[in-house]
Amino acid sequence: MTYIAKPKFHHPKLPLNDLGLTRRDYEGAMSTLCAGCGHDSVSAAIVEACFELNLPAHRVAKMSGIGCSSKTPTYFLSKSHGFNSVHGRMPSVATGANLANNSLKYIGVSGDGDTASIGFGQFAHAVRRQVDMLYVVENNGTYGLTKGQFSATNDRVSVGRKGQKNAFDAIDLAAMAIQLGASFVARSFSGDKDQLVPLIKAALSHKGFAFIDVISPCVTFNNHIGSTKSFEFVRDHEHTVTGADYVPHRETITADYEEGSVIDVTLHDQSRVRLRKLDAGYDPSDQAGALQHIMARQAKGEVVTGLLYLDTGETELKEKMEMVAAPLNSLGVAELRPDMAALEKINVGLR
Amino acid sequence: MRVNDFVIKFANVNGSGSASANALFAKAIFRMGVPVAPKNIFPSNIQGLPTWFEVRVNDKGYLGRREGIDMMVAMNPQSWDRDVAEVAPGGYLLYDSTFIREIERDDIKTIGVPLTKLCNERFTIPRERQLFKNVAYVGALTALLDMDFEVVKGMLSEQFRGKDKLIAPNVDALELGRNYALKYFDCPLDIQVVTSDAVGDRILVEGNDAAGLGCVFAGATVAAWYPITPSTSVAEAFEKYCHQLRIEPETGKKKFAIVQAEDELAAIGMAIGANWNGARAFTATSGPGISLMSEFLGLAYFAELPVLLFNIQRGGPSTGMPTRTQQSDIISCAYASHGDTKHVLLFPSDPTECFDFAVRGFDLAERLQTPVIVMSDLDLGMNEWTTKPFKIDETMGFDRGKVLNAEQLDEIERFGRYLDVDGDGIPYRTYPGTHPEKGAFFTRGTSHDEYAGYTEDGTVNARVMLRLSHKFNTAKTVVPAPEFGQKTQGATMGLIHFGTTAVSVPEAMGMLADSQIHLDTMRLRAFPFSQEVEDFILSHDKVFVVEQNRDGQMRSLLVNECGLDPARLVPILNFDGSPITARTIANMILEHLGQAVEDRSADGVAAE
Repeated sequence: MTYIAKPKFHHPKLPLNDLGLTRRDYEGAMSTLCAGCGHDSVSAAIVEACFELNLPAHRVAKMSGIGCSSKTPTYFLSKSHGFNSVHGRMPSVATGANLANNSLKYIGVSGDGDTASIGFGQFAHAVRRQVDMLYVVENNGTYGLTKGQFSATNDRVSVGRKGQKNAFDAIDLAAMAIQLGASFVARSFSGDKDQLVPLIKAALSHKGFAFIDVISPCVTFNNHIGSTKSFEFVRDHEHTVTGADYVPHRETITADYEEGSVIDVTLHDQSRVRLRKLDAGYDPSDQAGALQHIMARQAKGEVVTGLLYLDTGETELKEKMEMVAAPLNSLGVAELRPDMAALEKINVGLR
Repeated sequence: MRVNDFVIKFANVNGSGSASANALFAKAIFRMGVPVAPKNIFPSNIQGLPTWFEVRVNDKGYLGRREGIDMMVAMNPQSWDRDVAEVAPGGYLLYDSTFIREIERDDIKTIGVPLTKLCNERFTIPRERQLFKNVAYVGALTALLDMDFEVVKGMLSEQFRGKDKLIAPNVDALELGRNYALKYFDCPLDIQVVTSDAVGDRILVEGNDAAGLGCVFAGATVAAWYPITPSTSVAEAFEKYCHQLRIEPETGKKKFAIVQAEDELAAIGMAIGANWNGARAFTATSGPGISLMSEFLGLAYFAELPVLLFNIQRGGPSTGMPTRTQQSDIISCAYASHGDTKHVLLFPSDPTECFDFAVRGFDLAERLQTPVIVMSDLDLGMNEWTTKPFKIDETMGFDRGKVLNAEQLDEIERFGRYLDVDGDGIPYRTYPGTHPEKGAFFTRGTSHDEYAGYTEDGTVNARVMLRLSHKFNTAKTVVPAPEFGQKTQGATMGLIHFGTTAVSVPEAMGMLADSQIHLDTMRLRAFPFSQEVEDFILSHDKVFVVEQNRDGQMRSLLVNECGLDPARLVPILNFDGSPITARTIANMILEHLGQAVEDRSADGVAAE
């Protein structure tokens, strides 16, 4: 980490978004992660996505668990409320928050230890419930804060920093999310901002559970030769199935793409995600096909990236729960407390 | 003669349909204006194991469990021997005389009704033959105990309203048993029910039902829970009453959200997340769930988040006795979670208080910004109690505590989430999404300064910890005060009790008075303990602490929190999983004082 504080002033000609805000308005406190950490790039991508989407920062809630990745919500959107909960339990806290007020945007940031090990159960159930949120896993295959133990997403062929072998197969969180029915599933690489930012923007416009597995190498404990989560390995083995561009609702679609290789999918807020299909025949609406493709490529040692699965027809938690339109936290005594006459009627029924 | 004062026990096979017939019997007596205390003693099983239903009938208001069974309805061959043995000398044994039974006791009276034979002759469907045996023995009891038959018949009509074709065969079964008893026995017996006005305006309801209803009236909108005996019916009651009272008429949509979580960790996580975001949310669980929720309780304590929990205590440790009652989670709840943590506990002693503490619990949790645990138990939660009707104060709103809105944030220079502005240890909070520029903060379980920023400065952390202590002291002044059994205290010895023990205390005091022993009594209603609690102990030479656990957990808590000499507090303990009886309390105190004790079964019929 750097210990030189960020200057508070900024260049007067920094570009403004539609809210009249600069990118600096979406930043957070100074990162305390290692210099070069992939997670800082993910934070930067979230800042960029929120800036470009013109999101009012105070209408975003940042949720996290425990670990290096879960620290990062401090490093972006300082005008948003944040909740750094307990290890592996961010999904439940985010679910409760979402039930209380569905009108905020929820960005959950977790890690591979937080999600694929201690929080695996909560992750699965948040997916199953279609909690309306963006869930980002900053996946580096290692426990950073406790100095480099293997995590459950580390590949069997990967070797540790001191040459130790990993005996167990990796849990593929993107495949898991697709299998569990997440309605938006993508994978990206922290070093690929051009791919990551549009994916985050599309995920934030999606209504329902949007999952992005971001391979985010740990420069200190898992960036050596032999690690399958190193910058070098991922760059060499990344295989993009779909290139995603995000088109806001008000922008007209220009016809600068090759017919047949591009599909536009309208998201819930009428914005669109434009998918450049790089793999012939890859269909991101085909759940089983997506899983098959991920596994086939995995067998070849490749990491499949892009928007892997999208279902815009699935309903999200609040609809499934048949809740009233107004956020529950906006209801007061008048809306919530029956009167004494109603209570007396209950008393009578109990006599 | 025992009029409106007896205990009847039904011994049945779990899953044989006896529960609704037994409940009908108890409710009928309640409808006749006589206070009842029905208790379901059930196995952790769905079908096949022995189950019992005890009904204490008492118009003087002594409704605690009592030893000495005046009448046993023995319908289960598996438990026959012990059921027969349990009848008080001079008591009655009602049994199914279709089958020949050896009855080795000559000090009890037997009433054989050929229930199986009668039902097999009258009904053809095997299921009906089985179910109506239960209704038939209720019918026999109406004659034997001289109950108001119209009341019982009326209740059957009520029960099957909408399924009217079921009314006639049920009444038929009722009359089958009744007519047999009238024909072959000298009805009524010397134990009888006489119509009374002793119930007054009281209601008959389970504590869990009351707690769920209380949450509706407290404005709770989110419930997250995981099924566990004996707390499940809290969430179920909340759901039932929400469907009655919280559906938006124009749209049919719900002004509530109930999530059956994947486990207890998720249940409390959701409740905390919702409370953080300004919705009143709760969870209900039992001891094993509290163990699982402990990490989250520590987070809520340290990050200062309101959350309401209902702990319907059952027999521990570990899986323990899931269908039996205890008060054995006092210490684990008071200090749940690692590090220096303390939690506000409320101890309801009847369903009315379950309702009131749900309403008050949310106010306290939000006022104090900390978890509040309502410490009910299986006896209170899952049995129907004769209790005062529910009331709310319509002039009072919800106390949402110290929450700043956008206008208030505009007026202050710099918001500090954990600043003690008012000197009571309670800081101000903001809900997410309130203000575009001000009031955002990071909620965290890591050490933090007054502005919610992460800090590893030990002196800052110590300062925060001391303020939390100060806040806990403030809690002493706002939690429900203890209640005293006497208007003026003159005795040299005292007795402290809490929760469901309360129902047995007046009767126990009466028994002790017979031995010229007089105690001042105090019922604890909350932790932390207010000054009155300490004063009560210090103003008596010796104080008995009555609890339903092995280790005297409340006594330990009193010694620890009030810095008392342990010798002042004498533990009176019952932890066999059955609700504590007045006789147990009285006998243990008599033994401690070196006085003669009464036989436990002596409170039954033979005492007359």
